[in-house]
Amino acid sequence: MRRVSTRALVVAGVLVALLLAGVGSYYASSSPDGLDRVAQDKGFARTERPHAADDSPLAGYDTEGVRNRRVSGGLAGVAGSLVVLALASGLALAVRRRAAGRDAEQRDLAERPGG
Amino acid sequence: MHVPDGFLDATTSMATGAVAVAAVGVALRGARRELDDRAAPLAGLVATFVFATQMLNFPVGAGTSGHLLGGALAAILVGPFTGLLCLSVVLLVQCLLFADGGITALGTNIDLMGVVTVAVGWLVFRALQRVLPKRLSSVAPAAAVGAFVSVPAAALCFTGLYAVGGQAEIPLGTLAAAMVGWHLIIGLGEAVITGLAVASIVAVRPDLVYGARRVLRTRALEVRTADGATG
Repeated sequence: MRRVSTRALVVAGVLVALLLAGVGSYYASSSPDGLDRVAQDKGFARTERPHAADDSPLAGYDTEGVRNRRVSGGLAGVAGSLVVLALASGLALAVRRRAAGRDAEQRDLAERPGG
Repeated sequence: MHVPDGFLDATTSMATGAVAVAAVGVALRGARRELDDRAAPLAGLVATFVFATQMLNFPVGAGTSGHLLGGALAAILVGPFTGLLCLSVVLLVQCLLFADGGITALGTNIDLMGVVTVAVGWLVFRALQRVLPKRLSSVAPAAAVGAFVSVPAAALCFTGLYAVGGQAEIPLGTLAAAMVGWHLIIGLGEAVITGLAVASIVAVRPDLVYGARRVLRTRALEVRTADGATG
């Protein structure tokens, strides 16, 4: 089997994620999740306070101004995925250990007298 | 399992916030050891996949749903420190853009869905790796079990936090039983999704899977012995 390149794997994986968030999410269950269910059953859901970001254009995974529920949720999912992709990739690139060659180069520069 | 504003009191929320800040700080240092030029792009993919999959609530019966938490999945694919960074990005975006998970509860949510699921998922996975055969085919099942355990563990930790700073008087025993009960079922979904996702990446690029590194290292040594014998 031909080895799949990292780039091909990441692109394919991101496409799958976009498909899940953009299309699949419409078919997700809208029932309360485990915590919400317990909060309702045990009577502490009432202490929930409104969210400060409730007027965000994407609040509740719906896109403001888009009437069609399928499109509204799909757009929100795709937008969120892309924001997460950008932030997490940026963070990983900033934190990562650079290739050994470049590291040595930087050390050399730092250790150079007067440099 | 996103905790909204108002479930926990201010003191508890500040304490969980401080723990989250400390944990992310530790993760930023630790992730450097896990991430090199080759593994870094995978972190972006893992965070995106966790975000997308968290939108896919699956029914677990009696008008209740669950969704992937993703800490175990992230830890096994990119390492526990990088995994926590991925989860923190997801939870931050969900909180600020989607009003999912309270702003005062962001620390609580990073602790429960990030720190607890990453730590429990990873530790269970590593413990299983020690007893299971050192084969690539063991990686996904071990990941699935780690994922399964991580969900009720997070539910139990929520109960603990609620005992300390809950804003309503709820008998602890019944709260723990309800939280763990539902999340045992949700954990099965977590196990299936995590097992499938890890198995898919192990099938095409096992060298990119952080949790498979030890297995591959053992294999590489065997190959070298064979080479020495023939050469």
